[in-house]
Amino acid sequence: MVEKEDNVERPDGRKFDEPREMEAKVGIIDNAFGSAMFRFGDTVALAGVYGPKVLHPQHLQNPKKALLRCYYNMISFSVPDRSRPGPGRRDHEIGKVTEWALSDTIDLEQFPSQVVDIHISILQANASTRCAGINAASLALANAGLPMKEMVSSVSIGKLDKGLVVDLTKEEEDFEEGEGATDLPLAFTPSGKITLMQMDGQISSEQLKEGIKLGKKACEKVYEVQKEALKNMGDK
Amino acid sequence: MVEKEDNNKRKIVVPGEEVVSGEYLPGDGTRKEDGKILANRYGLAEVKDNLVKIIPLTGAYIPRAGNVVIGQVVDVTYSGWLMDIKSPANTFLSVSECPTYIKGDLTEYYDIGDMLACEVTTVKSGGVDLTIKGRNLGKFDEGLIMNINPNKVPRIIGKSGSMINLIKEKTNCQITIGQNGVVWILGENIEDEVKAKDAILYVDNQSFISGLTEMVEEYFKKIEENK
Repeated sequence: MVEKEDNVERPDGRKFDEPREMEAKVGIIDNAFGSAMFRFGDTVALAGVYGPKVLHPQHLQNPKKALLRCYYNMISFSVPDRSRPGPGRRDHEIGKVTEWALSDTIDLEQFPSQVVDIHISILQANASTRCAGINAASLALANAGLPMKEMVSSVSIGKLDKGLVVDLTKEEEDFEEGEGATDLPLAFTPSGKITLMQMDGQISSEQLKEGIKLGKKACEKVYEVQKEALKNMGDK
Repeated sequence: MVEKEDNNKRKIVVPGEEVVSGEYLPGDGTRKEDGKILANRYGLAEVKDNLVKIIPLTGAYIPRAGNVVIGQVVDVTYSGWLMDIKSPANTFLSVSECPTYIKGDLTEYYDIGDMLACEVTTVKSGGVDLTIKGRNLGKFDEGLIMNINPNKVPRIIGKSGSMINLIKEKTNCQITIGQNGVVWILGENIEDEVKAKDAILYVDNQSFISGLTEMVEEYFKKIEENK
C-alpha cells in the first residue's frame, strides 16, 4: 500500500521514504557525563547529559526515583532570521515532550533524590529539530552510562498535499498547494513502542496508520546510525 | 550477538541490544527477556562461562561498599564531615569512624578542602557512609591530586597491581588510586610527580588496547631516551 506514494515529488529529489543524510557522533563534550551530536541534512542537534547529580532545591527531590529534566534550546543563529535567545513557549513544550519521549526508557529508580539534566542545543535548523534532538539525547544518555532499557529513535513524517513523506525539510513544511502540509513527528523504541507523537495539520485515520508504519521503518534506519556511532566510539 | 565459541570475547553493546541467547545468567548491566540476554546499558559485553556482564566505559562513579575512594571535605557538621567523592549521593564521614579520639571543634582535625582516603562502608538510598579506620586511610598532607575517568581505574591498577607497580617503580612515587577516579601522587620532587601524572594520563587515553603494561614500559624507555 505504501509503495503507491512513490509518485510524490519532493523539492530535493528524495524518494518518499528516504530520510536526509544522517550523521551521529558520541562523546564530544568533555565536561558532560555523556554527549552526542545528531544530524539530519542541515538540521544539527547537540545534546549533553549532566547527572545523575544531587538535586537542589530539596523540595523537588523524589525519594523514589531521579528527576529527568530536559532543556531544548534553539541557538539564535540556527535559523535564517535571528531567533531571540532564551527559552520561549515553543522551547518549553519541546523540552517537555522530549522528556516524556525518553523517560520511560531510563531506569531512574536507581538514583533516588537525584536529577539527570539533558541540554539540547539546535546549532542549525531545517525542520525536524525535535526529532534530531531526541536522537542526540538518547545517544547522550547511553554515552553517560545510564541504565536504560533501550534507545529511542525519532523521525518526522509529513504529508505533502496527499502523499506521505519521511523527514520533512523547512521547504516541505511550508508546502501550501492542495491540502497543504502535515507534520507528524514520531519517536519509536527498537521494540516498536511509540514514545512521541505530535501532529500539525490534518490527516485521515487511514493515512495516519500508514504514516506510523512509514515512521517505524525510517526509525529503524535512524537506530542503525545511532548504533554505529556508539560502537565506533570505543575504537579510539 | 556473541557466539558461544568465542568465549571471553568482548564487544561493545548499546542499551536494548541482544548480547547472547540461550542458557546464560544475566550479570551486571544486563536483563533476561524471553530467553535472551539484553544489555541494560552501554559498555563492553563480556561472556565468561555462562555469566554475562557489561563493563561500563563511560559514566559517573557509582559507590559500592568496600571501595577505597579519595574524597574532599565539603562541609563540617556536629557529628562528622560531608564529603565529595565525585558521586551523586550525599556522602558522610562520621566522627565515630575516625581512628583517633576526637573532641571539640571538628575543623581542627579535618577542615573544608582537605583530601582524605576513605573506605565506603554502606550505600543506602539516603546516601553513602565512609570510614577512615584502616590501613593507608586518612588525610593527605602533601602531594598531587589528579582526576581520571573512574571507569578506567581497573586498567590503571592493572592485573593484581602490575601497571601501578610499574609506574611507582619508574617514578619513585607513592600513588593511591581511589575507585572514584581521584589519584594521589607523592614523590620526592615535582618532576617525579609530573612524570607519574603523565604516565597515568597516557594509560587513561590508551586503555582500550590490550598488552598495555608493555606499552607503558616502552613509554618510559622513550622518555628516558629523550632526556
